[in-house]
Amino acid sequence: MARRTVEVELSTSGLDAQGRPQRVPLVTNDGGTAVAVEPPPSVEPDLEGEHMLINLGPQHPATHGVLRLVLELDGETVVRCIPHIGYLHCGFEKIGEYRQYNQIICWTDREDYLNSIGNNVAFALGAERLFGIEITERCKVLRVIACELSRIMSHLVWLGTFCIDIGAFTPFLWAFQRREEIYRLIEKWVGARLTTSATRVGGMAADIPNGWMDGLRQFIRTFPHTLDEIDRVLTKNAIWVGRTVGLGVMTPEEAINWGLSGPMLRASGVDYDVRKDFPYLDYETYDFEVPVGTNGDVYDRYLVRFEELRQSVRILQQAADRLPDGPVNIDDPRVILPPKSKATSEMESMIHHFKNVMEGPRPPIGESYFAVESPKGEKGYYMVSDGTSKPVRWRIRPPSFVNLAAIPKMVEGHLLSDVIAINASIDIVMGEIDR
Amino acid sequence: MSRFEVVRTGASAPDSQPATQRTVSHRTEPANPSAKALQEKFSSAVKRVEVIWGETVVYVDPAAVKQMMGWLHDDPSQRYDFLSDLTAVEYRDAEVPIEVVWHLRSLPYRRFLRIKAQIQKGQPLEIDSVYDIYRSADWLERECYDMFGIRFRGHPDLRRLLMWESYKEGFPLRKDFPLRGRFSRSEQLRQALAQNPEARYSMEELTIADAFAELPTDMRDRLSKGERTGE
Amino acid sequence: MGLTTPAEHRTVSYIPESQEGWAATRLDFLVNWARANSLWPMPFGTACCAIEFMATAASDFDLARFGMERMSFSPRQADVLICAGRVPFKLAPIIRRIWQQMPQPKWCISMGACASTGGMFDNYAVVQGIDTIIPVDVYVPGCPPRPEGLIYGIRMLQEKVKNERAADKGTRDEMEPDPSSQLYIPPSVIDELGEPFGNSVNQTRSAP
Repeated sequence: MARRTVEVELSTSGLDAQGRPQRVPLVTNDGGTAVAVEPPPSVEPDLEGEHMLINLGPQHPATHGVLRLVLELDGETVVRCIPHIGYLHCGFEKIGEYRQYNQIICWTDREDYLNSIGNNVAFALGAERLFGIEITERCKVLRVIACELSRIMSHLVWLGTFCIDIGAFTPFLWAFQRREEIYRLIEKWVGARLTTSATRVGGMAADIPNGWMDGLRQFIRTFPHTLDEIDRVLTKNAIWVGRTVGLGVMTPEEAINWGLSGPMLRASGVDYDVRKDFPYLDYETYDFEVPVGTNGDVYDRYLVRFEELRQSVRILQQAADRLPDGPVNIDDPRVILPPKSKATSEMESMIHHFKNVMEGPRPPIGESYFAVESPKGEKGYYMVSDGTSKPVRWRIRPPSFVNLAAIPKMVEGHLLSDVIAINASIDIVMGEIDR
Repeated sequence: MSRFEVVRTGASAPDSQPATQRTVSHRTEPANPSAKALQEKFSSAVKRVEVIWGETVVYVDPAAVKQMMGWLHDDPSQRYDFLSDLTAVEYRDAEVPIEVVWHLRSLPYRRFLRIKAQIQKGQPLEIDSVYDIYRSADWLERECYDMFGIRFRGHPDLRRLLMWESYKEGFPLRKDFPLRGRFSRSEQLRQALAQNPEARYSMEELTIADAFAELPTDMRDRLSKGERTGE
Repeated sequence: MGLTTPAEHRTVSYIPESQEGWAATRLDFLVNWARANSLWPMPFGTACCAIEFMATAASDFDLARFGMERMSFSPRQADVLICAGRVPFKLAPIIRRIWQQMPQPKWCISMGACASTGGMFDNYAVVQGIDTIIPVDVYVPGCPPRPEGLIYGIRMLQEKVKNERAADKGTRDEMEPDPSSQLYIPPSVIDELGEPFGNSVNQTRSAP
């Protein structure tokens, strides 16, 4: 691999008690402004010793859950990596065949639990395609807000855990402080912090409460400060750059062929974003950029995700400005329940409520694959209906499952400690991978 | 400096700015032009073409799947370079055949195509692997084998992926598999706990260790017969 | 020393004027006080509950207030196993092995509905409660539990630790129940208990 130069800030504003600059670069060039990172030198042939077998996981803090990697090491260099998954296989797709469409939404929360509200939206959009329903304008904007909030939440967890894996603890605390603010917003809206179940087929579980937008605007105003703070600490940090540049490179052709999606694919220089290329929820009318990397390494994935956080704030701002008045749920008795006051006072409404809850809405025979841009990549829900109230097949296209499948390719030839950084850069969620 | 050229999605697509689909009809949306091209190229192997909710479904002959996918991937007028998803569907009606489903995307043309191959009941559950064309098919096919028992011919490493290798109850997503499994709860737990966590190395992994050569002969024999390392 | 108890349960006598530099107390009280306030958790986080556990450990809820800021990812240096998230059958031998690797004294918190009962995953893949594998001291309900809920569970565990008696060796014994004793539950009874009841019977049917 070729040599790559990344700009690094060497001097900090602060000096320590002894009057020395607080940050020390790893390697500097002549001008003293950059750190050059080279791939680890290959092991000398005469030093080749016995290969070693290292087992990483399934219970390991740096595997983000219960991933297990079996690594063949030559000295400290990874020769081969064999991933084992399935330690969190909970039979989501099987149980989906035994549940009505509105009931499945509760399972989508728990599958990619960092992006639960985004999964609710994705599933509801897929089910609405299957029912042939067009949702209201207000609902669309509310769902965009929900999706982008959950993208920020997911990227913040990724940022925090990535920092911990590399050895920086403080950004984790900053990220989780801001997450708590989003938690509070979402809790005001749907009543739960993490497992939201916020959508229904044809609308949302609830409209936003009074004054909620003020909280959102406050968040939009203050959140970029946190991003700037983390940016200052990490982006030009010599240690950070030294630990991430040049690792796990995927070329664009490889990335497409291995089926990577989301920030993983964009860091490799392919600008495929479902929001732009196969848009949904009127994403084409929002003004936002899709950040694209040019090196396909861990550092570029960091940059791409970090820029996505800023773009999400932009989308949130536009959505907050354009939120129209009007109903949230469509006016369609096939899928929408009558108001509770009517269901407890009128016989017809009660029967309607009972039939919709106990028997469930029935879509026409058909199938739909609906893909959205989740924080991890292209998330698809494939549903097949045979005309009954329960799907014949509910398939999740998990982006991090396909992204993780490329880890043997990415870690080969790198050091054991770099496996942790590469694994963290994939942004895996085992609940989604194993389902 | 190893900088990549940025690959633009939709570089060959006629419309520069795709828009959200509105009021998609059930059966009357226009079909993907690739379906017609497939019919012209492989006339007999394409069984029928449907459009459901704006998505084109091409039912193909299972024997021709690999050839067609290779053509779709390579032909400059198609360029389906991205395998989104690979899965299978079994219907509740026991007469309806099992379907293997591929979801393909053409990033340059911004097209989406669903390919389906039906495996009749009573036939062996086997189909060609597309591993050589799409590397992303690796785990997707292994998962499909794990959940449905469909064997993909030509896959280099078709093992169970999500369930453990000695899982005895069958293939969970088949319709004849009960929701709670075939065995009782206590039996399931007994079998799961009988697994030795440290014995979960495959033969492939054990050959990595140089110590394998130093194992006693009887243990090497047992391992080569597929037995896992015990305590 | 910061030890306070109600006057009728006075376990510390410390009168600075008359006794210089020493205090008298019950040994197991002192030991339990030390143990309860420096529990090192072993976070066995698998799923959603692990995210709430991370939120609990982060600065807003700050698990360090209860002497638990030192996450011990190695079971050999841990006191409390916090099982956060669902445990499928494939993971069952691993959590049991981790429990066996933890040194005595050890406790276990089952965090969330899935770890406690299997929760909404009543299917072929998920263990219906980790108490079928390892002994559990505190169950924290919720799906997932709020950080306040987890902290309440931790406080309950601290109460339990404080009330243990050093003389009572039985609490630390791990034993397989003798088939002739009343503690033993035969597999058939376990299966009967594991059957669905009430409305959930309908939910195991596929269509319509």
